[in-house]
Amino acid sequence: MTDRRLHVCGDVGVLVDAGPDDVLPLHAGLHRAWTAGGAPDGVLDLVPAERSLLVVLDPARTDVARVSAWVRSTPSEPVDDARTAEVTVDIRYDGEDLDAVAAHAGLTVAEVVAAHTASPWRVAFTGFAPGFGYLVGGDPRLAVPRLDTPRVRVPAGAVALAGRYCGIYPRPSPGGWRIIGSTDAVLWDVDRDPPALLRPGLRVRFRAVGR
Amino acid sequence: MSAVVPVLDVVRAGPATTVQDLGRPGLAHLGVTRSGAADRGALRLANRLVGNPEGAAGLEVTLGGLAVRPSADVEVAATGAGCPLAVDGRPVGRNAVVHVRAGQVLTLGTATAGLRCYLAVRGGVAVPPVLGSRSRDTLAGLGPEGLRDGDRLPVGAPPPGPPLVDLAPVTDPRSGEVVLDAVPGPRDDLLPTALVDRLWAVRWSVDPASDRVGVRLALPHDSVQDGADPAAQAGAGSVPSEGMVRGAVQVPPSGLPVLFLADHPVTGGYPVAAVLLDASADRAAQLRPGQPVRLRTVRP
Repeated sequence: MTDRRLHVCGDVGVLVDAGPDDVLPLHAGLHRAWTAGGAPDGVLDLVPAERSLLVVLDPARTDVARVSAWVRSTPSEPVDDARTAEVTVDIRYDGEDLDAVAAHAGLTVAEVVAAHTASPWRVAFTGFAPGFGYLVGGDPRLAVPRLDTPRVRVPAGAVALAGRYCGIYPRPSPGGWRIIGSTDAVLWDVDRDPPALLRPGLRVRFRAVGR
Repeated sequence: MSAVVPVLDVVRAGPATTVQDLGRPGLAHLGVTRSGAADRGALRLANRLVGNPEGAAGLEVTLGGLAVRPSADVEVAATGAGCPLAVDGRPVGRNAVVHVRAGQVLTLGTATAGLRCYLAVRGGVAVPPVLGSRSRDTLAGLGPEGLRDGDRLPVGAPPPGPPLVDLAPVTDPRSGEVVLDAVPGPRDDLLPTALVDRLWAVRWSVDPASDRVGVRLALPHDSVQDGADPAAQAGAGSVPSEGMVRGAVQVPPSGLPVLFLADHPVTGGYPVAAVLLDASADRAAQLRPGQPVRLRTVRP
């Protein structure tokens, strides 16, 4: 554990470098300790991301040295497929970039749909907007570059690809990802507990429904 | 018999007034930033003055221009930016407990120093919380909408015990050059050296496009040199998306830094060259458009 590379973020955070496959186990371990009361008082947030995890702290209640020691001494938790929850998201493959994605991948549209639904994705981290999850673990043939020029408005429920990620827009917003379909799933609802459908570690299976 | 719940009638909302408390920590892994008062220290002080818990909701009044009329007697305190404060036109003190009687109009004039004034009312502003907080997150659109003329804000039950102090000996936010303390890193090593050196060397100017998401820094006109823009060098660009803190000094490819404030995005894709100390992040929230600012290296 002591080989973790840590960076201080002023007096308010500790940033932990991690490989893309190590972020979720790191988050799972720290999150479990945090929710069980095993973190220093004053740890406010854990923010998993692409290749790092940020621990945000309240400098009035703890400090970066104590939080760094806690991070170094808390073991990761291997991600166990059998024990992680899974949601199924129904998707209409009607996105305006679907043909372009197929052409980029050298597949037919039907093959893109098959590849996208064949195996479950996993929420690696969130961000961009409340309820937006960066999904990984899909068919590598579906990796596509972002649009050169982002769209001014992407509708809520748009399912889109960029790089190795798949994401679903929780609400209308600008966006540069390639849209392959749409869903009626509610990604974000402040009156629901938890408000976000997607949370780090969750498995997401896409199911094709009629246009 | 239950006490009458006072209401603050918003006679004039001002250009950008929001309800703020200390935000909604603990949800960043779901994509929700903490938000809350941009100058947390000022909100805490206002609450302490009226005997509230530090995290009670108050009003964040940007640039001033607020007028409210309570329906019952209330005790209030204004802190932060130097907005002239008056009750029915009679000047009253800031950073002090002020008694406003039912029907009187409390006004906050235009700020003469600093940007954000905090108005606490004994009992707190009791609009319904969203995800545990009454803060308006302007980036995500969470929490109560910004104030509008004619709004009616419920006031909560007063806390037990009277306010303990009458006034706080604090100075107004500075008007001239402000120096902010920042710890280098975590990603200054990903930026061209010239860009990082410039960060600490330049006397920056606060861009008018700044908001609750961040203070945007611009180069003052007299320091722009032809062909000497280090941002033009190769190497400035995006990095893997990673968690952001309030006070992060993010340097996008333009080379013009952004100091993240309360409504910063949860994750960002540009290198963070330094992070302001928490106290300096509060002071950054009081910077006015055009104000000169320098960054100074400190150890954590």
